[in-house]
Amino acid sequence: MILLETKSLAKSFGDMHAVNHVNFSVAQGELLALIGSNGAGKTTLVNLISGLIRPDSGTILFNGADVTAMSVHDRIRAGIARSFQLVTIFDQLGTLDNVELAIFSREAKTRRLFSLASSDHAVREEAHEVLREFGLEDRAARAAGGLSQGERKLLDVAVAYALQPKLLFLDEPTSGVSTREKAPIMDIITSIVRSGKITAVIIEHDMDVVFRYSDRIVVMHEGAILADGTPDEIRRNEQVTTTLLGTGLEAHDHARA
Amino acid sequence: MSPISASPKRALFYAIPIAVVLFFLPLLIEPYQVTLLEYGLIFAIAALGFNLLLGYTGLLSFGHSAYFGMGAYAVAFIVKYLNITSMEVFLLGGALASAAVAALFGFLCVRYTRIFFGILTMALSQVLWSLAFKFYWVTGGTDGLRVPTPSLLGVTIPQGEEKMMFLAHRYYYYVLVIFFLSAAAMWLIVHSPFGKALQAIRDNETRAEFVGVQVWHYRWVAFLVSGIYTGLAGTLWVPLNGLTTPDILHWTFSGKIVFFTVLGGFQTFMGPIIGGVVYNYLETYAVGHTVYWQMVLGVVLVLLVLVLPAGIAGTAGRLMLRLRKAA
Repeated sequence: MILLETKSLAKSFGDMHAVNHVNFSVAQGELLALIGSNGAGKTTLVNLISGLIRPDSGTILFNGADVTAMSVHDRIRAGIARSFQLVTIFDQLGTLDNVELAIFSREAKTRRLFSLASSDHAVREEAHEVLREFGLEDRAARAAGGLSQGERKLLDVAVAYALQPKLLFLDEPTSGVSTREKAPIMDIITSIVRSGKITAVIIEHDMDVVFRYSDRIVVMHEGAILADGTPDEIRRNEQVTTTLLGTGLEAHDHARA
Repeated sequence: MSPISASPKRALFYAIPIAVVLFFLPLLIEPYQVTLLEYGLIFAIAALGFNLLLGYTGLLSFGHSAYFGMGAYAVAFIVKYLNITSMEVFLLGGALASAAVAALFGFLCVRYTRIFFGILTMALSQVLWSLAFKFYWVTGGTDGLRVPTPSLLGVTIPQGEEKMMFLAHRYYYYVLVIFFLSAAAMWLIVHSPFGKALQAIRDNETRAEFVGVQVWHYRWVAFLVSGIYTGLAGTLWVPLNGLTTPDILHWTFSGKIVFFTVLGGFQTFMGPIIGGVVYNYLETYAVGHTVYWQMVLGVVLVLLVLVLPAGIAGTAGRLMLRLRKAA
């Protein structure tokens, strides 16, 4: 079943066709990797679908409904959530507060002015549970600004996850963290996504990560989709390997040999 | 604003001793000193409202004189045109008037942040100031409007009781009760899910939007609450001052509200309260001792920014933390 579909989605910045009439689809339940060199249009595509920016033309269908003109708020209600490439968490709030806020928002409780946030035990319990799943439980009382880069990346994803989305976009969840930290972070994220039966789209540069964790890979190049297939198909796709992955894949094979 | 969620017990641990001191203080000090404290508590309410925007939502308003002034002029108009002197009617009128203006100005301002927000709030407040200044047949112009001693809870001031005694006693306790109610309500607001949403907006506007918080809408509600608080302070201030003039609508008065808050420390809940009270003493004694009082306040402000950027409450909090670690 198709969960999300874009039809001829387009966005230009001046003369640059950042997303050039793209037909992109995500099937229910899959973990899809969106790859491509810098400037290929991956982040712009996610920005369009999540509502951060408006498309010039084209439509976005989510769960069969046209969400092209919907506000960010309504898209989140519909079940589209995202994390950001440059970590965006609430630094002065506690780690637990970050997750709690997402839950309060999901339950439309952020309109409550005269009730104590900390006395909502159900929300608190759920927030602790989310932190446990992400391995951040012992950081609950700390200010989010004081976490390590890897923990911040995880918290960023945890906040989006706490919204209980149907479709979750993760924009480079392991960028900026050490190579050593990448695998543990991806292990946590992918296991949560799979056990929670959340459909996820991950933008990622690290090919090692991409081939290891995704069900399907969509390759973008200069604003268009260049290839779409299983990791094995992409690995064997000559067009992809020459135009995009060439050096990276070879280096990767050498490293493995 | 510590990340560790504040508990009501902890808040009462601080609030109860303060309440006891403030309750018994008028028995120990001169009536004049009591009225100074009263001014301080009223400024504290104004600053508490202001800081909901600055400390918790990340918006620096330079136009809070507008709401303080609306609260004050609403009272003067109630006296002038309706001939009513009930304090409860004053409070209702002041709250409604400041809410109306805050709702309108907020609607125009919350789309902007930083300097643009600050300038726009200031410009709008100056419009009110010029109205009060020019429409002298309504507002009394620079002469202002007089406000008599109000009745409290239906009880008018007994014959023969001196006005000073009334202000330093009955009116003091009236202000004190409203101060505590306001502070308690504000404490609840900043620790509510709504308050958390405001802090999220302050920390990262884009992400707040992507958690489902409608940023402009929440900012507007915060602006409204903030304006009502500062308006209530203006309402309480008029009977004490006996007169309202356009000065309190001028942007320099907005600057004072900023000063209260920075002096006390905008990153703590208690900061604006301490700042309002301390500033009032500071200004009174500076005015009493030198004609260069503005220079004294200027020096204090410079020192504050350079040496104690966290304000009195913020610095005290850090010192306590350091002592606790050392112990």
